[in-house]
Amino acid sequence: MNLHEFQAKELLTRFGIMIPRGRLAASGAEAASVARRLNVREFVVKAQIQAGERAAGGGIRFATSPDEVGTIAAEIIGRRLMTNQTGPAGEEVRWVYIEEAVPVVRSFYCAAVVDRSRGQLILVTRDRDDERSAGCGDGTVLPLEIVGSTARGDFDRAASPFGFEPVQRSLFAKRLSQIAEAAVSLDAILVEISPLALTPSGDFVALDAKVTIDDHALFRHPDIAALQDVNEGEDNDSVMLAADRHQINYLKLDGDIGVVVNGAGLALATLDLLHQAGGRAANFMDIRTTATSLDIAYAFGLIATNPQVRSVLVNVHGGGMQRCDTIADGIGIAFRRFGCSVPIVVRLAGNNAEFAATRLKSYGVSVVETADMWQAVNTAVQLATLKAA
Amino acid sequence: MAVLATKETRVICQGLTGRAATYHVGRMVAYGTQVVGGVTPGKGGRRHLDVPVFDTVVEAVAATGATASLVFVPPASAADAMIEAIDAGIELLVCVTERVPVLDMIRVRQRLQGSRTRLVGPNSQGILVPGETQLGVMTTINACKGPVGIASRSASLTSEIVAQTTAAGLGQSATIGVGGDPVHGVSLADCVRLFLEDPATEGIILIGEIGGTDEEEAAALIKELKPEKPIVAIVVGQNAPQQRRMGHAGALAAGQMGSAKAKMEALREAGVVIAPRADLVGVTMRQALAGYR
Repeated sequence: MNLHEFQAKELLTRFGIMIPRGRLAASGAEAASVARRLNVREFVVKAQIQAGERAAGGGIRFATSPDEVGTIAAEIIGRRLMTNQTGPAGEEVRWVYIEEAVPVVRSFYCAAVVDRSRGQLILVTRDRDDERSAGCGDGTVLPLEIVGSTARGDFDRAASPFGFEPVQRSLFAKRLSQIAEAAVSLDAILVEISPLALTPSGDFVALDAKVTIDDHALFRHPDIAALQDVNEGEDNDSVMLAADRHQINYLKLDGDIGVVVNGAGLALATLDLLHQAGGRAANFMDIRTTATSLDIAYAFGLIATNPQVRSVLVNVHGGGMQRCDTIADGIGIAFRRFGCSVPIVVRLAGNNAEFAATRLKSYGVSVVETADMWQAVNTAVQLATLKAA
Repeated sequence: MAVLATKETRVICQGLTGRAATYHVGRMVAYGTQVVGGVTPGKGGRRHLDVPVFDTVVEAVAATGATASLVFVPPASAADAMIEAIDAGIELLVCVTERVPVLDMIRVRQRLQGSRTRLVGPNSQGILVPGETQLGVMTTINACKGPVGIASRSASLTSEIVAQTTAAGLGQSATIGVGGDPVHGVSLADCVRLFLEDPATEGIILIGEIGGTDEEEAAALIKELKPEKPIVAIVVGQNAPQQRRMGHAGALAAGQMGSAKAKMEALREAGVVIAPRADLVGVTMRQALAGYR
């Protein structure tokens, strides 16, 4: 789960990380009044979207008066902001974060991140200004050891290549340890502060923050899980999250073949096969082993009610945990609830495949049965093409 | 001698008294697996599925001589269960639990260092040695004893490719699910090593997917060892949408993680035969074996 900048910063203050004074606003007028209360000379107005590289897209702007803050905020809010990370559609800006502009002497990239190939939490530190990094342009990588709810590592060594005075170096090392502690305490797979700015007064302040919480650990953090509702409604998330509650990984795509598959690996293989057969999927679907027939009915309903769909491909290999007949029941229930006006091509194999075919018949679902995956995929592509013609 | 486990391997199940564990361990017993006990804290002294239940792994090991454990514990306590098994000296640990927090798995990895334990999973369907033993939740209907070792990151595709290799007249020496999670125990490269050492394995199939570096590491190992046995691979996810969650936490197409194309390139360069389509893996293996014989 990705957090917005304002959410991430607030969480990081728990660990002693300094952030500029700031507040959230949802309209131009509110932004101006927030700025008045901040009572500083220079402001930053920051669009709150989860994608990075906002500055280049015009999502981070400076202002010198509360009125100017209001004008800029009114321009940004409600607009779709496009950056290198959003894709061409951009992301809708619902809020801006108004902050005191902080003068910067030097700036650093600091991130605690899960290194999956090493199976470790690591801390990456880099001087953002390449000319001055003198031999540490790639930064330092510090492996961390998780001990209880905190992380152990040689933070002093990680702080040493940047040529600080001793006092500053120990303050920098302290920030690094706070970032590491935040990652462990929050179950974050990423805590990235860039820039971490050295100010003229000698403090290290987090000017931006990106935090990604491990979805599988949200049960330990109900306060953070609650933020998900705040963020819901952005992009495709609401459909995805609803499907997730039904034990289905679902993602809407822009093709015309509805896809019903169990297991992530087989689901990815099905997309590849569709591509090889010249077809395009209307969705990604992975029915998890924990999904019941009613969950599957919900997911099939998403496909049956999608007007773009011209044929449905059911590619199921029943395993030990998710058997074919459970999936057939789900399809049958959804079929009775929503109907299905497009042909359904079915490939059932593995655990209880024959029984599942019988179940489909008894629900009155008429299907095109196929023997293997490749035939199923090709039939679905042909039927979708016929329907389009 | 088979890979990792034989029909003599004595197995306990942590979380045996749970509903899902009861069902799957019952199937394992029917398949011939030597299930000798279970562990559920607070339920020690009972019997379940006709085997004794213990409060701790240490007690279970002492009383039964078990060397392997299947972890069937919910995500919140799965890591603690794995660490308990590691500390008790379990040699083969298989974790089927899905959605174990990543940082918990890092803690488990820290504990694995210097231990005698080999971990398979989590989020793994487990290990199947056809005709011998089953430690996991996979279906066994299409499996049959044969010369092909299968190592996989995906349970559903493993079922599919087990069926394909059986249909191709080959059968399997063992199937190992390394699990779909970003931080896990044995890797695809570890499996390659195991299968190369195993005299019953004549050919190896690797089932990979986008994300992570497992395939690249396996490719590097294969390139270095130049094995005598043919290796066939499939890497799925070439057409995965550029989006966040794709089922396996491992299967993310974003950022630092390896693309399907890059993985296939690395494997091909190491001398691995890439199956042209997901439905042709069994046939490709048969051809590769014919070429070697």
